[in-house]
Amino acid sequence: MKKSKKNGADDRLTKRLLRLQVNGETKEVATEVSKTLLEVLREDLGLTGTKHGCELGECGTCAVLVDGEPVLSCLMLGIEAENTEIVTVEGMTQNGKPHPLQKAFADLGAAQCGYCIPGILLTAKALLDEKPYPTRDEIRQALAGNLCRCTGYTKILQAVELAAKEIP
Amino acid sequence: MLRLPEFNYIQPRTLREATKVLADLAPNAMLVAGGTDVYPKMKRGQFAPRHLVSLRGLRELKGIRQTKDGLWIGAGESLTAVSRHRVIAKRLPALAHAAESVSTPQLRNMGTIGGNVLVDTRCNYYDQTFFWRQAVGFCMKKDGQICLVAPGSEKCLAIASSDTAPVLVSLGADVILVSKQGERRVKLEELYRDDGIDYCAKSQDEVLKGLLIPKEALGLRNVYLKLRRRGSFDFPILGVAATMDLDNQGECRHARVVLTAVASAPKVVAEAATLLQGKKITKELIETVADAAAKISHPLDNADLDYWYRKRMAKVFTLRALAQLAGLELVA
Ligand SMILES: Cc1cc2nc3c(=O)[nH]c(=O)nc-3n(C[C@H](O)[C@H](O)[C@H](O)COP(=O)(O)OP(=O)(O)OC[C@H]3O[C@@H](n4cnc5c(N)ncnc54)[C@H](O)[C@@H]3O)c2cc1C
Ligand code: SF4
Ligand code: FES
Ligand code: FES
Repeated sequence: MKKSKKNGADDRLTKRLLRLQVNGETKEVATEVSKTLLEVLREDLGLTGTKHGCELGECGTCAVLVDGEPVLSCLMLGIEAENTEIVTVEGMTQNGKPHPLQKAFADLGAAQCGYCIPGILLTAKALLDEKPYPTRDEIRQALAGNLCRCTGYTKILQAVELAAKEIP
Repeated sequence: MLRLPEFNYIQPRTLREATKVLADLAPNAMLVAGGTDVYPKMKRGQFAPRHLVSLRGLRELKGIRQTKDGLWIGAGESLTAVSRHRVIAKRLPALAHAAESVSTPQLRNMGTIGGNVLVDTRCNYYDQTFFWRQAVGFCMKKDGQICLVAPGSEKCLAIASSDTAPVLVSLGADVILVSKQGERRVKLEELYRDDGIDYCAKSQDEVLKGLLIPKEALGLRNVYLKLRRRGSFDFPILGVAATMDLDNQGECRHARVVLTAVASAPKVVAEAATLLQGKKITKELIETVADAAAKISHPLDNADLDYWYRKRMAKVFTLRALAQLAGLELVA
């Protein structure tokens, strides 16, 4: 395998102009084709709310919404996200106010180090958008791909339940 | 960051265009659908294709529908779509469950059923970063000469690890393969070879268009049981798929058991058909089949949990699967 390059150190050949719809805005960015959506979001668009963990599909912290569905941005190319609607944690606020999920997580102290939280918030948002009144078991199933090394999950599940009650 | 190496990315718009590109570039090109097997492996240096040919845009690979022959499932359908499909959820709970047991919800939104049946074989000495493999010493599946699990072995013994493959084989599914030369239809089980490296009999320039589950299979009782450490994320370290049909008198008209993660290809337990068909199912009979299942299982020390335990569980899971289908109570 090639040594991982410093960002931008070697730009030959493979740059392309990508047009991405992120959080309701159209962004144009010239970047390497081999970059994952995670790398494009963080490095080219400065949206560092999306976290990188394993980068191999084994933790869920990089989850973003693509056309409303949670996917792993570490296993998708930026170029593969063209012509889709991407939502990152930065796009969760509504009119400058935190999303009810964000408020519930803060109110209950459901985040500790917080590293897993962006992926969890977005995955939970997709669940609530589809099923406004999920059972505890449905929440567990939906979040079965998001590892958290701090909380033990109980407060996370409670926070999603609280948010479900708050959303009109 | 664990970055992807450089490659040329090609996005054909039709299946025809894809097969043409593939015919031109075959030895240096690799197909990518959901990318959930391809990208991690490129990051770890297990795959190093010069060209990636994307199947994402191909309408021909989409759709799940009932035809006069049976149930057609496009190779490009996501595992989520397969597990939630009305007919599959109702008639083929084994397939719905197998698709739903792959990794995590996010991954299932990306990973396709086509990629799932063609997924690479696995081994603890192979599914590691380049750095790890270099430190331990490369094995013959990638960059090395010998097998690290069984140094005397002539061939690689990496494990067949698809969840949907054993179920689809137990249902007698066919696959449709398309190349520049044309289309061919073969039994899915004929696509697998018991060789950790050369595990797939599909030629490099063929695209898997879809799967066809025969109409009769929609009437079979079916089940899939998966063994793994965690209830999410993990690949199967044993999978048992079974199908059965009983007549009104409770006599067995059809029985099939297929195992995964016990060899480099899904394994059909021949005794299920030979011992059960034409008989009333009894606990003693299914126990004999379960013993046969354990006998043909050769788990090695290259997956999670102890191999002797996995071998014993091949018996236990086969017993449970058949008892469930026959409606027998298993009391310890
Ligand atoms: C953390 C993690 C956990 C996983 N857990 C499981 C699990 O529990 N069970 C399981 O079965 N799998 C598991 N997988 C493996 C993989 O994600 C799935 O098998 C998935 O379904 C692969 O589909 P894909 O579309 O992403 O395949 P890709 O990665 O796109 O392709 C996989 C292979 O199939 C070929 N291919 C894909 N589509 C076609 C086609 N239409 N025609 C010809 N060739 C094609 C590709 O060239 C490649 O060789 C896991 C992966 C990860 C990263
Ligand atoms: S079974 Fe042997 S050759 Fe195959 S991947 Fe494992 S160590 Fe390598
Ligand atoms: S960083 Fe994507 S799953 Fe871990
Ligand atoms: S809060 Fe630390 S990983 Fe979840």
